[in-house]
Amino acid sequence: MSNNIIVERERSLVELERRIAELREASAAQPLDMSSEIAALEQKYQQILHELFGTLSPWEKVHMARHPNRPTSLDYISRFDRFDELHGDRHFRDDPSIVGGFGTLRSRNVMVLGQQRGRDTKENLRRNFGMPAPEGYRKATRLARLASRLRLPIVTFVDTKGADPGISSEEHAQSEAIAICLQAFTMATVPIVATIVGEGGSGGALALAIADFVIMLEHSTYSVASPEGCAAILWSDASKAEEAAAHLKLTADDLQRFGIVDQILPEPLGGAHRNARDVVTQTLGAVDAALARLASLTPEMLLDQRYRKYRRLGEWQAEGLEPVRTAR
Amino acid sequence: MPRPDWLPARRTKENHVSDEALWSKCPKCGEVLYRRDLAANLFVCTRCGYHFRMRAYDRIASIADGEFTELGADVLPGDPLDWSDRKSYPAKLKTDRERSGLSESVVCGFASVGGHRVGLGVMDFHFRGGTMGQVTGERITLLFEAARRERIPCVIFAASGGARMEEGMLALMQLAKTTAAVSRFMADGNFYLVVLTDPTSGGVSASFAFQADVIVAESKAMIGFAGRRVIEQTIRQRLPDQFQTAEFLLEKGAIDMVVERSDLKDTLVRLLEYADHE
Repeated sequence: MSNNIIVERERSLVELERRIAELREASAAQPLDMSSEIAALEQKYQQILHELFGTLSPWEKVHMARHPNRPTSLDYISRFDRFDELHGDRHFRDDPSIVGGFGTLRSRNVMVLGQQRGRDTKENLRRNFGMPAPEGYRKATRLARLASRLRLPIVTFVDTKGADPGISSEEHAQSEAIAICLQAFTMATVPIVATIVGEGGSGGALALAIADFVIMLEHSTYSVASPEGCAAILWSDASKAEEAAAHLKLTADDLQRFGIVDQILPEPLGGAHRNARDVVTQTLGAVDAALARLASLTPEMLLDQRYRKYRRLGEWQAEGLEPVRTAR
Repeated sequence: MPRPDWLPARRTKENHVSDEALWSKCPKCGEVLYRRDLAANLFVCTRCGYHFRMRAYDRIASIADGEFTELGADVLPGDPLDWSDRKSYPAKLKTDRERSGLSESVVCGFASVGGHRVGLGVMDFHFRGGTMGQVTGERITLLFEAARRERIPCVIFAASGGARMEEGMLALMQLAKTTAAVSRFMADGNFYLVVLTDPTSGGVSASFAFQADVIVAESKAMIGFAGRRVIEQTIRQRLPDQFQTAEFLLEKGAIDMVVERSDLKDTLVRLLEYADHE
């Protein structure tokens, strides 16, 4: 049993795929004509595929974003022309849940950063399930500042449940590490392009997502808190996560409507992992195009544009119902 | 502490509704305290020194010299996510408004502190647990923008459970918005001082609170990124009582000083003098 509902659903497909293959084999070996049975099964297969994945609820997207086979940051970074990883926060240790370093994307030198979860238990333990410690955010801060000095655009991949909530993270001032990372991205004098490739969990995700252009995969999620965390906070009951997911407006469509996400990249039916190669190619193409559009902006223009972008976010309503904007 | 004349009268009236109780029991030592004595002692238990969570306008009265011009009071919350669980979000806001006498979780404005004109922002845990919604972020941002134009220091009293769930990602984006305003303010050479009060956590501690030049914390305040309960559930063990207290953070090097409430105003005035270029 997997606790991922998408993985569970895929089991029923695996069984059908096996039966279709068996029937095909049997059909080839025997004189009996089973083409109608095969066609029926295949039709059923397509039908189930659409039923399972044609439209996904917010809760289903949460599981899609967490799918163990979903492409992770390193799946994207490994398809750069070059990547030279840089390590450590220069104070305490290297945090493997954030990877970063120099890279070349389609002939353009960049600084690349991403939260990195593991595919299996062993790697997940090493990478703390993609939940960065303060050391990770301090590394990101260091590299973001270096990028500004060397005039390298910053490319990030966001994929984390959230920043690590642990004893050592508190002792090493997780709040400060994230707060200063947010500042480093805010003040970076080079273009920043962020892509939400999996789960975007709270401030721990935002620390790598302040950007001039934000891309989001169709089934990725990006939320103020994980649905489990939200349910625990509001109703002291993490099992009401599905209900929280429905409220939180955490899908790519919702976030584009709010102006938080600039571009949504479609995924194959059934999710990015069903055709990871194409998804990565398409994503890197979109990142490259965004960098090309931002390349002509001066540092002053970038800072000004970025300030105005975040300044606008968060409309409110006055006592009545008319939306009001601030008088500056 | 009697509420001074210079604070808006309607606040005093609103406050009366919730503050009418004559007696308060100290949650730490159990002492029953006459409300007026407690107020006169800056809401610190006269027996054991426990610091009660202060209301925003009481705090302003305890820090400002005698004038406070509120900023952004007309910026009021909406319901961007159409959130409704057992109760609709606007209904929750209405209840909190009535209980706290506040229109949002932060009160911002201009004040004089020991003769120094400052931008002053005070968060109040009694309104939605001090959570940061769009209006919280907007008021903080307006304050830093105005203080930057005036080239005066900013003093923020933080008290927050983090970003507000019912405003979803628009609440999270306030971390980015306030960070942008604080960063510009600081880059221009202005002084930013924060006082962390009980409790400060989540999206507020991980954004403008810990970006300050000088970080002061009230004695015994609980301060952290993750909530205590979350950490205990994650590591499946009980945390020591000292964990995440102001004193703990001082020892770990995360903050500059721990101050008793009775010394707070004098401390702030002394610190502000170092940034006074006039």
